[in-house]
Amino acid sequence: MSIAWNAFTPASALIGGAIIGAAVALFVTLNGRIAGVSGILGGLARPRAGDISWRVAFVAGLVAAPLAWGLLAALPEIRVDAGFPALVAAGLLVGVGTRYGGGCTSGHGVCGVSRASPRSIAATVAFMAAGFATVYVVRHLIAQ
Amino acid sequence: MRSYVLYTAASFAAGFVFGLGLLVAGMANPAKVLAFLDLAGAWDPSLALVMAGAVAVGAVAFAFIKKRSHTLLGAPVLLPNPRRIDRRLILGSLVFGVGWGLAGICPGPALVLAGAGSAKGLAFLAAVIAGNGVFEFFEKRAAAGPARMQSS
Repeated sequence: MSIAWNAFTPASALIGGAIIGAAVALFVTLNGRIAGVSGILGGLARPRAGDISWRVAFVAGLVAAPLAWGLLAALPEIRVDAGFPALVAAGLLVGVGTRYGGGCTSGHGVCGVSRASPRSIAATVAFMAAGFATVYVVRHLIAQ
Repeated sequence: MRSYVLYTAASFAAGFVFGLGLLVAGMANPAKVLAFLDLAGAWDPSLALVMAGAVAVGAVAFAFIKKRSHTLLGAPVLLPNPRRIDRRLILGSLVFGVGWGLAGICPGPALVLAGAGSAKGLAFLAAVIAGNGVFEFFEKRAAAGPARMQSS
């Protein structure tokens, strides 16, 4: 392992993380819910009366953030190296896996770990391990 | 009616702030996320600090709300409390992790990428929604299965 010191951005990572934490705090202290993006989005796949608008609003907020940012400043770098076939496969895995697992990086990784939920800590260890393993296979075994 | 409007507005605000946080943190950039997941390459530890910052703030909020039955807006506090660590949780999370490792994108950043007008982000998001549909299909079938057997 070698740390890429030129790419490491500790200050913006901590500040951005704290802003994400503030969003989680806002959501739970006002709406009383977990800010888990996969669950909020997934709930729209089987819409129930009275359970739609808050989900749509949260999703719209996430989509609106880069739009508002773009009005004031240039968006930060966005680089997607994966091609379309890999992205579609990845999206399907994320769409199915997060629903069976009951959460993703936000619901388990941020909210669950913040609550010290053993379930969420187990889920976070699992998806992190699978993420590390997948990148290792793709970049260091297949791409060799 | 007033509270309904307030909840919806609060929901939008939370999603918006969440999206800004992802952008500031660099987590809307899939290449940076993959640089964190690439332990054997030129490793960028930034994502760990994003989690640390988010958890530090989140923990205070959850400690505050845990003792209350209603939120500051008067909404009921709906925190899930299942404690079982089962096969469904672990297998689902492993499948999610494989998808995350392939693209460097998870659901939050997918929505930010869509808002940024990234065609690749939109393709990924469409696939996530299709994946949700696949999940709902099998859930419905699993739920209908035992009921059918009972009625026959």
